[in-house]
Amino acid sequence: MTRQKRSHHRLKRAVAPYLYLSPSLLIIGLLMLLPMVTVIGYSFQNSAVLRRDPSFAGLKHYQAIFADPVFWASLWHTLYFTCMSVVFHMTIGMVFALMLNSDRINPTLRNILRVLYILPWLFTAVIIAVIWRLLLEPNGVVNSVLMQMGIIGSKVEWFSSPETALHAVTFANIWAGYPLFMVSLLAGLQGIPKDFYEAADIDGAKAYQKLIFITIPQLMPIIISISLLDFIWTMQVFPLIWITTGGGPIYSTEVLSTYTYKLAFSSYNLSQASASAVVILLISLGLTLFYIRYQKAR
Amino acid sequence: MRKRHTPKDRLITVALHAALAAGLFFAAFPIYWMLSSSFKSNTEIFALPPTVLPKAFTLEAYAAILGDPVKLRFFFNSYFVAGAVTVLTVLIALLAAYGFSRFNFRGKGSLNTLIISTQTIPPITLLIPFFGLVVSYGIFDTYVALILTYLVFTLPYAILLMTGYLNTLPRDLDEAVAVDGGTSWTALWRVIVPISLPGVVATSVYTFLLCWNEFLFALTLTKSTSMRTVPIGIQLLMGQHAFEWNQMMAMSVLGSLPLLLIYLIAQRFFLAGMTAGSVK
Repeated sequence: MTRQKRSHHRLKRAVAPYLYLSPSLLIIGLLMLLPMVTVIGYSFQNSAVLRRDPSFAGLKHYQAIFADPVFWASLWHTLYFTCMSVVFHMTIGMVFALMLNSDRINPTLRNILRVLYILPWLFTAVIIAVIWRLLLEPNGVVNSVLMQMGIIGSKVEWFSSPETALHAVTFANIWAGYPLFMVSLLAGLQGIPKDFYEAADIDGAKAYQKLIFITIPQLMPIIISISLLDFIWTMQVFPLIWITTGGGPIYSTEVLSTYTYKLAFSSYNLSQASASAVVILLISLGLTLFYIRYQKAR
Repeated sequence: MRKRHTPKDRLITVALHAALAAGLFFAAFPIYWMLSSSFKSNTEIFALPPTVLPKAFTLEAYAAILGDPVKLRFFFNSYFVAGAVTVLTVLIALLAAYGFSRFNFRGKGSLNTLIISTQTIPPITLLIPFFGLVVSYGIFDTYVALILTYLVFTLPYAILLMTGYLNTLPRDLDEAVAVDGGTSWTALWRVIVPISLPGVVATSVYTFLLCWNEFLFALTLTKSTSMRTVPIGIQLLMGQHAFEWNQMMAMSVLGSLPLLLIYLIAQRFFLAGMTAGSVK
């Protein structure tokens, strides 16, 4: 190659990656970063979206949200829903993964059960919501079985009484989400070197000691990163709650996403909804920073 | 080797199998109930005591769904939007992944972090500005609105998946093309793409599922019944015929079929993707 040709080639090499990335960056910039700036802008305007020349509102909409007891109730419900979901996703996922990984079950049975245990993961949130509405109908199968067993005395309206609605929605979400943990932990379990357990056997370690001192520490990186992701995603859940309870009865299952949605598309208060959306964004970003730091530290 | 004959040991094995059975009931019963209810009449669904197997097996719910052009349209819309987004996402993500995987450039690290962090942006936060944009560009209630907005959520993960896959392919392959005087563009299409099928399939599967499941944007950015997707269709069905549970279950079964089929087929592809690679 001549020198000129070579420098031309080098220039091409330097520009090429940006060209390959440009469609993605254009889409992410225009349809993700720009809207994020826009929503922050909306939250400081009066009658955002609805008016062509909205006036500056200052912090008015944020003050309105922080003064709204429903916002605080939604925040609390979101926390309860999310923490319970993550803890049980992790516990159930761990138990199932350990059971499937045991050498006491036959490999064919293991493969069949693995596929069946993943099932809840393959269903759309809307369908999960409809299934649980059918199961938990006052005249549905859960009530009739529980009554026959004498556990409950009368029909419980799981989704439409304020005492049970939040627990019922959380339960449905726990059922829907554990397979992510199960699959990741199962992969993690298969990656733990066998020598660790053999060495422990030589030292006469009991099964629970092996679990606490080998298995769980080895799985810790997976547990932490999946928990963080699960926390961020569960916090944003919308369809499951929207279809089962719609946030009711009397706000008892209102979470941040349904609260924001109603502000925007039932009350058409898009400015205040934007302020609430920005609060959700900030919480998510905080957790995301934490997640990225953790990933980099690994 | 562990001894297998003590009574205590046998007891543990029995207990484990009992726990496995309980786990199976927990995981699969709700799905079984959906399936069996879809073959029941509406009166039988709430029969006392509940019937585990449909006593009077009927396909009337499926006939009602499949005979209704409005409901078939929901399915068409879901397939069309998910299909279009999948094709676009895979193409765009492949280019970006190639850039990330085969080049070193300024800002690579921060762009990568940006893409990882966009995965966690709450959809509800983008919904309001999207609504404003979609209305002001006059694309409210169109396929374009759904396709554009879905792309934003499918791209980041698709880029990460594809980059991960391309990183497993040896660099000698495309460097050979460069030695022969070919450009990186030629290397991409002649060498990389033909051996990337497993990565492309895995990315397509994930993208398709994400689109098929999407609810919030479909709910807000479309309005007419002819533009609705399956998840919204199920919700509409629930509002209109609150007591047609068998139809709701039949529609849920039909709406889950593509996911189940893809899972059963693509499981193999995922494994193939991990073991494949043209140079060993």
